[in-house]
Amino acid sequence: MEALAFFVGAIGALGGAIAVIALRNPFYSVLALVVHLVSLAALFLLLNAEFLAAAQIVVYAGAVMVLYVFVSAYVGGSEEPIWEPIPGQRFLAPLLAGALFVEISIAVLGTALTTLEGDGPDVRLGFGSPASIGELLLERYLIAFEAASLLLLVAAVGAVVLAARKRREAPHGA
Amino acid sequence: MALEWYLVLSGLLFAVGAAGLLIRRNPLVILLCLELMLNAGNLALLAFARSHGNEEGHVFALIVMVVAACEVVVGLGLIVAMYRRRLPLNVDEMRGLKG
Amino acid sequence: MTVDTSSAETFGWLILAFPLAGAIAIALGFRFWGKAAGWIGTGAIALAFASAIGAFFAIQDLPSESRQVTSSLYDYASAVGLDIKLGILVDPLAVIMALVVTGVSMLIHLYSVAYMDSDRGYVRFFALLNFFVFSMLVLVMAGNLVLLIIGWAFVGYASYALISFWYRRNTATAAGMKAFVINVIGDIGLMLAAFLLFGELGTFDYLALFEEAPGHFDVNDGALVAALLLLLVGAFAKSAQVPLHTWLADAMEGPTPVSALIHAATMVTAGVYLIARTHPLFELAPTAADVAAFIGLLTLIMAATIALVVTDLKRIIAYSTMSQIGYMVVAVSIGAYTAGIFHLMTHAFFKALLFMAAGSIIAAMANRQNIDLMSGFRKAMPFTSALLIIGALALAGFPGTSGFFSKDEILVYAADRGGMYWIFAIGGYAAAFLTAFYSFRIGFRVVWGEPCEEARELERGHMAHGEPENPVTGEKEDTDVGFPGPEHHIAERAWPMRAAMGILGFLALFAGLLQIPGVTAAVEHFLEPTFEGSALFEHHPSTGSAYLGMLVGGILALAGIALAFQVYVRRRGVTAGLVERYRGLHGFLFNRWYFDELLDALVYRPTIAAGRVASNVLERVFVQGIVNGTTGIVRGVGVLVRGAQSGFVRAYALLVVGGFAVLALYFLVVSS
Repeated sequence: MEALAFFVGAIGALGGAIAVIALRNPFYSVLALVVHLVSLAALFLLLNAEFLAAAQIVVYAGAVMVLYVFVSAYVGGSEEPIWEPIPGQRFLAPLLAGALFVEISIAVLGTALTTLEGDGPDVRLGFGSPASIGELLLERYLIAFEAASLLLLVAAVGAVVLAARKRREAPHGA
Repeated sequence: MALEWYLVLSGLLFAVGAAGLLIRRNPLVILLCLELMLNAGNLALLAFARSHGNEEGHVFALIVMVVAACEVVVGLGLIVAMYRRRLPLNVDEMRGLKG
Repeated sequence: MTVDTSSAETFGWLILAFPLAGAIAIALGFRFWGKAAGWIGTGAIALAFASAIGAFFAIQDLPSESRQVTSSLYDYASAVGLDIKLGILVDPLAVIMALVVTGVSMLIHLYSVAYMDSDRGYVRFFALLNFFVFSMLVLVMAGNLVLLIIGWAFVGYASYALISFWYRRNTATAAGMKAFVINVIGDIGLMLAAFLLFGELGTFDYLALFEEAPGHFDVNDGALVAALLLLLVGAFAKSAQVPLHTWLADAMEGPTPVSALIHAATMVTAGVYLIARTHPLFELAPTAADVAAFIGLLTLIMAATIALVVTDLKRIIAYSTMSQIGYMVVAVSIGAYTAGIFHLMTHAFFKALLFMAAGSIIAAMANRQNIDLMSGFRKAMPFTSALLIIGALALAGFPGTSGFFSKDEILVYAADRGGMYWIFAIGGYAAAFLTAFYSFRIGFRVVWGEPCEEARELERGHMAHGEPENPVTGEKEDTDVGFPGPEHHIAERAWPMRAAMGILGFLALFAGLLQIPGVTAAVEHFLEPTFEGSALFEHHPSTGSAYLGMLVGGILALAGIALAFQVYVRRRGVTAGLVERYRGLHGFLFNRWYFDELLDALVYRPTIAAGRVASNVLERVFVQGIVNGTTGIVRGVGVLVRGAQSGFVRAYALLVVGGFAVLALYFLVVSS
């Protein structure tokens, strides 16, 4: 049962990912990413990460992707030209990505990490719940928490500055 | 489900994101590929958290999400700025670093 | 029994301290001294002269064995095998040199107070002059070769600075550089000699060297002869002997007091002093001494012949200096030390006097120096004329003058030594005849005959004034700093000049009384402590042969004067005819035996050619090639590397991902 759920989620995630990189229209890519994110949320649930799954849906698929949708609608999208100016890029990119995948797989599968075998230990009740995560955030990782908030503030201000319209100079003596 | 599956899936998603990053030219799509890679990382973090029975992985993944959100905000701001200045939305046209 | 040498030591250091203090005081306050600088300078040297007299008496107070007093102020280097002190040697030779240097310098300072009065560089002049006296005294009082070399180098600098005193005159600066370059060649020889001696004997100190040498070297040892020949290079560069003599004539570009002091009385005698000081070494290597003597002979004859024909007044006197120094070099090389030093002393007196008189005359001629333009000054400038004649008499060796006694003593000694040394006696007497002739060439030309334009004007009461111009090339000048001042000062109108010339005139006439053969031997007795142990010093020609030699000398001097009288007074105009008849010989002599041209061809041109080769081939091909090649390689590599900076973001991303993949591969491989 669990395996089925995993494979559904995995296929959704993988499909979404491939669709993101393969579709020509950037708007469709955005939508494909939404599908990907929702599938990942399902996988998170399988890993007993309930709070993260919820956060994924609400924050990521909800807020961040809406941002993307808005911007992509504003900016629009054009067809990318066929010709590749950088020699070798078209060939090397999939090659290197594939090499990366192979190496990671070897690292993961060939490893002596015992915990990776099997399903993992039984987790206690309340693992991954908001309460336990909140405890960690506000006790051990308070600084990270505060820093992240600061980062959010800075990013917001930065984005406003970046995208602001140039203010037209008021004529003197007007 | 054995954890290796999650990790291999995470690696696969990361590789797909990397390939997309290198191939696509529209800055918006490149940002999307970045999201893919970040999420792959999140998946791996949560897999390990599950295997250790430790929620610190969750906290880490949460912070990653925050950072990703900020980065998206700034990135999209850049794209809007590019659009406003009538620059072509093609990273190959941004060649100021040439030299 | 220990002797108290402290007063001799004190006076020794004071001799050095006063001129140095004078130079520093004048230099530091140069903006506000004004005319006082001259008196400060003169006063400083006067105090130095007083200290020299004090040292003289202090030395005389000591018992005769202890009259070589060393005193050291400071250790330069005190390491194993190396012991160099800032030390002076106060002994009779040093004291007599100090007396001559300070005494004559004092008089020349006095003279310059008036002579340089209107020059805009007045203060600088006195600072440099004081510094020169200090350097000369360092050279003379030094107790080891290192301090000698220091004094030697300082004197060379002072000479250069004073020759180029009128620095806006191109001929003066060129002459200064020429003098300095030749000086440096001498310095190199001297330093190599010092190193060689140190290498062999392990010390720089004079007294130690003289003690060690006889035990260490055999007679005419190769290393010793080589060292002494190098020493002679130094001595001859300073004393303007062949072949390093070409600078002295050009050095006349400096102001007349400079010519009087440096190039007549003091600096050029440094070489003679050096040979006399190192006489134990020369006696151990007679080959070197003979080389020195022959060069002295060659110079004295050559210079005398040139002085017969050149027309610039100061240059005639310069060549006469060169010739007389040749006599001194011969003297100290063949062992006539007393005679050599005595002649050094008397020569300082009458040569300085001659230069001073010449300065007065040149001033009257509005700074023109061509002797052909001068005549008949006896009524217009009686004092100058009289003293000029006195100086000429002493130079010629007129019987009874100081020059007579000193010069003839040298020639008598040479004849007495016999054998090969007869050539010195014969050459010396021949040149004495020529000397008498050209001395009175100057004397009769300038003083006798019809007064020239300038003389007539002066008789009427005003000095001739011309446009300021370079006396050699005729270029126009002005009278601001760097060129001679607007006023010209003659002795008749400036009491300091008269005082100085008068004292020197007295000395030129009567200093001979110090060393009359068989009657007085003041100089010889005084110098004994320095030269004892030298067989050559102890050897004396008999009184009879001395008087015979003096007779011959006196006859030759009178003959020379008589011939000059014939040519220049009785039958004026005969020289023009002679010049026509012997045009080739005249040209040869007038062009100074073509020595400058010889040096040009032998030394200058090959060096320039070598420099050109170095510049075009070595520098351009090799050095530049290596440097440019290196930069070219670096640039090429840079261009290659720059290819990676394409500006494409995706290419950079590719490199990042690729790098990560490679790294991961590496770790996988390593960990397996």
